[in-house]
Amino acid sequence: MPDLRTGEPLLRTAHQLIVENDDMTDTLELTRPTSRVDVVREICHHLAPFQAGERLIVGETVIAKDLTIDSLAIMDMVMELEDRFDVSIPMNVVAEIQTVDQLADTILDLRAKR
Amino acid sequence: MGLFDRHAGLLEAYRDVRTTGADPFQIRMERVLSPTEAVINGRKTLLVGTNNYFGLTFDQSCMDAAVEAIRAEGTGTTGSRIANGSYSEHVFLEEEIASFYGMKHCMVFTTGYQANLGVISTLVGQGDHLLIDADSHASIYDACKMTQAEVVRFKHNDPSSLDARLRRLGDRPGNRLVILEGIYSMLGDSAPLKEFIDVCKKYGAYVLVDEAHSLGALGETGRGLCEEAGVLDDCHFIVGTFSKTLGAIGGYCVSNDPDFDILRVTVRSYMFTASLPPSIVASVRQALRVVQARPELRKQLWDNVATLYDGLKAQGFKLGPEHGPVVGVHLPDRMMAVGFWRAMLDAGIYVNVAVPPATPNGVSLLRCSVCAAHTPQQLEHTIEVMTGIGRQLGIISGAPRLRVVAGNG
Repeated sequence: MPDLRTGEPLLRTAHQLIVENDDMTDTLELTRPTSRVDVVREICHHLAPFQAGERLIVGETVIAKDLTIDSLAIMDMVMELEDRFDVSIPMNVVAEIQTVDQLADTILDLRAKR
Repeated sequence: MGLFDRHAGLLEAYRDVRTTGADPFQIRMERVLSPTEAVINGRKTLLVGTNNYFGLTFDQSCMDAAVEAIRAEGTGTTGSRIANGSYSEHVFLEEEIASFYGMKHCMVFTTGYQANLGVISTLVGQGDHLLIDADSHASIYDACKMTQAEVVRFKHNDPSSLDARLRRLGDRPGNRLVILEGIYSMLGDSAPLKEFIDVCKKYGAYVLVDEAHSLGALGETGRGLCEEAGVLDDCHFIVGTFSKTLGAIGGYCVSNDPDFDILRVTVRSYMFTASLPPSIVASVRQALRVVQARPELRKQLWDNVATLYDGLKAQGFKLGPEHGPVVGVHLPDRMMAVGFWRAMLDAGIYVNVAVPPATPNGVSLLRCSVCAAHTPQQLEHTIEVMTGIGRQLGIISGAPRLRVVAGNG
């Protein structure tokens, strides 16, 4: 699709693409390594609706205690993160995770092992 | 810290529910009159919240079989199959279920919960991979806690989500076992089984299908979704229950695997619990015969499902995604669900209320279940009452809606 203002074909780099198709995510991820910041940002994005009062969500936030999220919603969030970062986090591993930092580390570890 | 302190949040939520004067989790049926009626709080109440899909709890032939068995063999077995021996009736029932499915082996359990719990947790172990649908029944989740296998959830009824998870396992060693349900108990929706089976074949995964709510209801001869989808031969294990369509209690698992019988000495929920009493086994055997002899009950069930589902839909209620013997009505929140439930009971209709965390995606539901024995009048009355309450509570709009029939349904 051409740029609406200039009429020129759009030149886009991979990281600007919003890709929803699973298979294409693989291709995209190859071109751009996942940084810790990306992972934490994505986790915080999922947790934002469950923020308790004015307390900000940070790396040390204990997901099940400091937020209003229940255990089922945590598992559902994990499922979204699994697909976003193309890793699987077994339920017994999820059960051990307490903080945002630990969740981010788990995802990065699993990605490194792929 | 006291033993019950950890439940403080739940206690508070539960107190909110009970202050209304009726507790949906401790309802008492003072007398059960028929598959569709009971006396609750001293008045005759219409039952639209059982799992009595064929209405067989009062089937004369099933009741006669149970009574006869009690007189012949007594009230209970007082022990487990392994420690205290089987009765001939147990073995006959297993043979009959196996032949119903055209499978080689069948094991009968004392409840459906124990069948899932024991079979699933024993089939996979250390180094294996268990993949479960996100909306799986509690018995499946509890099995996950008992196994050493790695457990991963996939998105509800989403074969591509399962595919991604099997793909990520790559060439890691260990068996893969996928757990699916024929009909899901909260919203009454069915798994896209054919597509799931294709994914499982692609990765060489074993498949177990729980037909608890679909036995009798689905398939040409009532064998469930596996039959309906034409994939019976591709399902390695089928689990089911006697407590819904068959009107009693108990569970089973069938399989063609030549080594299946080893489960009799490895599955703890089979080995260390008392076996089904003769009366139950006898009524279940008869109920299975009725299911096969009277396919009209299945048609009656689905006609009734259409009446209730389409009727509620036409009034503007938000329902589960498809026709099913369970009709889940979405309500905005937990309190609204409890209030609606209470108003229904006051109006003489009993349904179930389902609230988080027992429900998927945190939804609050009124859970209606349909029975072949419901009369059209009973269902029309249910729709009318729900519509009235729904309007009073502002859940559906007050003005009657036009019933629009799609051109190419």
